[in-house]
Amino acid sequence: MKVQIKSKIMDDQDLGRTIARLTHEILEKNKGHENIVVIGMRTRGVYLAERITKKLKEVENKEVPLGILDITLYRDDFRTVLKQPKVQITDIPFSIDNKNIILVDDVLYTGRTVRAALDALMDFGRPASIQLAILVDRGHRELPIKADFIGKNVPTSYGEEIRVHLKEIDEDDGVFLVDIS
Amino acid sequence: MPLSSKHLLGLEGVSKKEIELIFKTADIFKEVLERPIKRVPTLTGKTVVNLFYESSTRTRISFELAERRLSADIVSFSASTSSTSKGETLKDTARNIEAMKIDIVVIRHSAPGAPLFLSKILNSSIINAGDGAHEHPTQALLDMYSLREKFGKLEGLKVLIVGDISHSRVALSNIYGMTTMGIDVSVCGPATLIPRELDKLGVKIFYNLDEAIKHKNVIMALRIQLERQKVGLFPSTREYYNYFGITKERLKSAKKDVVIMHPGPINRGIELDSDIADSKYSIILEQVANGVAIRMAILYLLSGVESSLKV
Repeated sequence: MKVQIKSKIMDDQDLGRTIARLTHEILEKNKGHENIVVIGMRTRGVYLAERITKKLKEVENKEVPLGILDITLYRDDFRTVLKQPKVQITDIPFSIDNKNIILVDDVLYTGRTVRAALDALMDFGRPASIQLAILVDRGHRELPIKADFIGKNVPTSYGEEIRVHLKEIDEDDGVFLVDIS
Repeated sequence: MPLSSKHLLGLEGVSKKEIELIFKTADIFKEVLERPIKRVPTLTGKTVVNLFYESSTRTRISFELAERRLSADIVSFSASTSSTSKGETLKDTARNIEAMKIDIVVIRHSAPGAPLFLSKILNSSIINAGDGAHEHPTQALLDMYSLREKFGKLEGLKVLIVGDISHSRVALSNIYGMTTMGIDVSVCGPATLIPRELDKLGVKIFYNLDEAIKHKNVIMALRIQLERQKVGLFPSTREYYNYFGITKERLKSAKKDVVIMHPGPINRGIELDSDIADSKYSIILEQVANGVAIRMAILYLLSGVESSLKV
């Protein structure tokens, strides 16, 4: 399997603008920051969630609680995967009861990860709502799930993949469409 | 990195990396146990059988809770209420149970090697929950995990295990595990209760408790196992207490922040003074609490290995 970059969908500046827009959309829909908590899904969703909370603070001048969710224990392919999935710690140090949760991930694809995240969050309490913020929606949903806030819609084929690079763990910021066939 | 075996038969030969992986995985399950709903669906559809040929409170409840909190289907068996009392052999019992499609067998048995025997005749993953005087790996893992939590790291700690070393599976598993993790292990007890070849495992041997206790970070008192002593190996429990009982007075020569452990059940006033068992030195209840997280980690890691072997 060789990986070939087909095109650059976003550069670092685009990424910054997209996060700013998503933040404003979140504030618009929720009529402010009150009662919002942000939860990022491992791995890259966590860094995006951090950037969104930072932006929220810039705009509203108020700290919004940030949590980290690892959904490995809730995956539906645990019994069939080849390699043992690496499980990491979940850290949600606040109550989610009656909160509006902004669930953040980098790419929305089959929807199975989001399904697992919803199940996991329900075990933490009863939120008022869960809203999904996603950087790239690449289509091919296998479950009835849709995002509330979308950075960019990128139609893809099965032989393609979206790679999100974030400075926190990668060398640069950017979103790429790659060919893996 | 997954574990190298699909069974956990003992800590002999288990590497430092594997033990660290188990600890890191247990950290994750500790967080799960803090949640309002202390349950994850990870082992949904897996079936675990608990075969307890010997009595147990802590270990059995701990395993059952760990299994339930991972959403496995579980069946528990105790020898007294089963066909074993009709004379069925272990092999026949195990084969019959496996014919009912199970994935993991947790076994406690009075015969050393019973889990190894099962691992050779069954396809399921086998977890040793104590086999005679051989090993009790999950207990040693939770002991070390509790120490790691208390001290931050294991390397360089000085641990003294006091009591009936010969008959103790907890001692042997801890000796294997702790020496692998770089802990300095000493043992102390009546000469009749210390195996002669023990120094070959890299352990220091003491027969005088006051001498042994000096500068130790951790003292692990073992239960006097009257049920495993066919002949009297020490004159009386009173005499045992006088020579090897952990008292406040004796603890003065250990390190200031010394930690007292006991795998339970405690014979108060024999191995440990009652007020020591309930004191700030004691992490006995932390040990029990960590047991569930450690056993969840083992069940999780072994299930993953199994699925990767099938493909």
